[in-house]
Amino acid sequence: MERMASHYRKSGGRWLGSGILRGMGVTLKNWIGSYFDPSRLVTVCYPGERLPLPENSRSFPFLIYDGDDPEAGLRCVACRICEKECPPECIHIENERDENGKPRKRPAVFDIDISVCMSCQICVEVCPFDAIEMDQIYAISTNARFEPLRLHKEQLLKPNEYFRELSPTRSAAADARREAERAKQAKKKEAGKKG
Amino acid sequence: MTSTEEVESISEKSERLLNISMGPQHPSTHGVFRMKAVLDGETVVKLTPVFGYLHRNHEKLAERTSYLGNMPYTDRLDYFCSLTNNWAYALSVERLAGIEVPERAEYLRVITAELTRLQNHLAFLGFLLNDMGVWATVLIYGFREREKILDLFESLTGARMMCNYMRFGGCRCDVPDGWVEEAKRITDELPGVLDELEQLLTDNEIVVARTQGVGTVPGRKAINAGLTGPVLRASGVNYDVRKVDSYGVYDRFDFSVPLGSVGDCYDRFMLRLLEMRQSLNILKAALNELPSGPIINPKAKNRNLRPPAGEAYGRIESPKGELGFYLVSDKSGTPYRYRVRPPSLVNLTLLEDMCVGQKVADVVVILGSIDIILGEVDR
Repeated sequence: MERMASHYRKSGGRWLGSGILRGMGVTLKNWIGSYFDPSRLVTVCYPGERLPLPENSRSFPFLIYDGDDPEAGLRCVACRICEKECPPECIHIENERDENGKPRKRPAVFDIDISVCMSCQICVEVCPFDAIEMDQIYAISTNARFEPLRLHKEQLLKPNEYFRELSPTRSAAADARREAERAKQAKKKEAGKKG
Repeated sequence: MTSTEEVESISEKSERLLNISMGPQHPSTHGVFRMKAVLDGETVVKLTPVFGYLHRNHEKLAERTSYLGNMPYTDRLDYFCSLTNNWAYALSVERLAGIEVPERAEYLRVITAELTRLQNHLAFLGFLLNDMGVWATVLIYGFREREKILDLFESLTGARMMCNYMRFGGCRCDVPDGWVEEAKRITDELPGVLDELEQLLTDNEIVVARTQGVGTVPGRKAINAGLTGPVLRASGVNYDVRKVDSYGVYDRFDFSVPLGSVGDCYDRFMLRLLEMRQSLNILKAALNELPSGPIINPKAKNRNLRPPAGEAYGRIESPKGELGFYLVSDKSGTPYRYRVRPPSLVNLTLLEDMCVGQKVADVVVILGSIDIILGEVDR
């Protein structure tokens, strides 16, 4: 095993007070520097001026739909994997049912309680249909504790164009995955027809 | 001395003793930590730490959630260093399930862990000096640099503090374009910042007077108490899990372990400054050598993971000490037993020994020099 590196121990400056003066030199350099050197002036005037968020930045989940109609283009098939995997259990899904009470592959209720959500994005990772993604909204304070923070399906649905704008890299990857899946399904169907 | 005089002096003394309670809302206790101190004048005679105010059942929660579902909860243990927590947990699950990690992922883990160590120590210096009475200078300087590292974390993992980045068998996502260059730029800038901090602090007569000879821990005692991390090494004990275990790819990097000689607050403070330089050496090498390849083992299963029955212990050198996760599996989807060995809690056990005989104002400095995070102490 490698033995210790040099460790030095100081006992103040050369004469009493010189260490403090040296330190004050540093603060003086920083203070004056902040007027001339932009790298020393690191803050912005927040509500007026906002720094852009990095592409990967995440806050809360939302649901993606294709095309113009949220109901027709809904990607979610209510498989409930995200509901099962969500660590704090903040997702609530109920299937749509036909007249016989048989569940359809569509969510009638899709609620996310963002007062419970911890933004871990495990729902995004486990979704096999790329139907759920992480948004970048922030400053979401409300005037009540429960109902306004419980987002329903209508509030969660956002078009794919929104996601493309939010994250070009991740949305391109998701689009490619969906395209490949669609091609595979079409091939299967054709093979089935021939057989 | 007659017996009556003796009795008088004892009763006088017990009248002089003063019970005070510091915390849990006291800002210098780093969160919700309470100390019951008995003072004789200004000298501490007895000190009892009280913790548990932030207890949130972390271990029991993990025995209820799936292996993957517990990963974001580990972020919240030591919320300054979520990436090292992730790594320790991923390491123990990988040992339990026998999962291999590709090389690129190992390098990314080293890079993120060393960045975590840097930003933790920068914040530590700020808070320690804050405890000594510097109102905000060092804290703001430290946070200014820490901000750059947090921006790196955000563009890589999506979150600044609750990163949730590592997965069993690798990492969740690859680095975005330009990330490595940005990290290199910051790594090249940081030595200048450390020079500035050293110039500001190490010679300062007040810092020296407040820290040297305060809260001394001899090496033997530190070993007996099970201390780890910078607090142990400040007492002159050469023990670093990165060297002892060389988990990941740490054996490929050339770095030394700085050691203290006395074990007082000054050594603990100085050791962090020196450790940051070593972290920068590792970072520089890791960023230059970062290999290409997959970032996650394609055979590794994260969802519905059911490891074979058995037990595993994974430990790493987190910025605060040895962080270990002990897991017992009974082949089901959730751990049968899950236990965290938090460095902050174990390092806190010597608090009374460090404080007795010191002045009450030093208690705050000693507590600051241990570097505790209550999220990890209470779990």
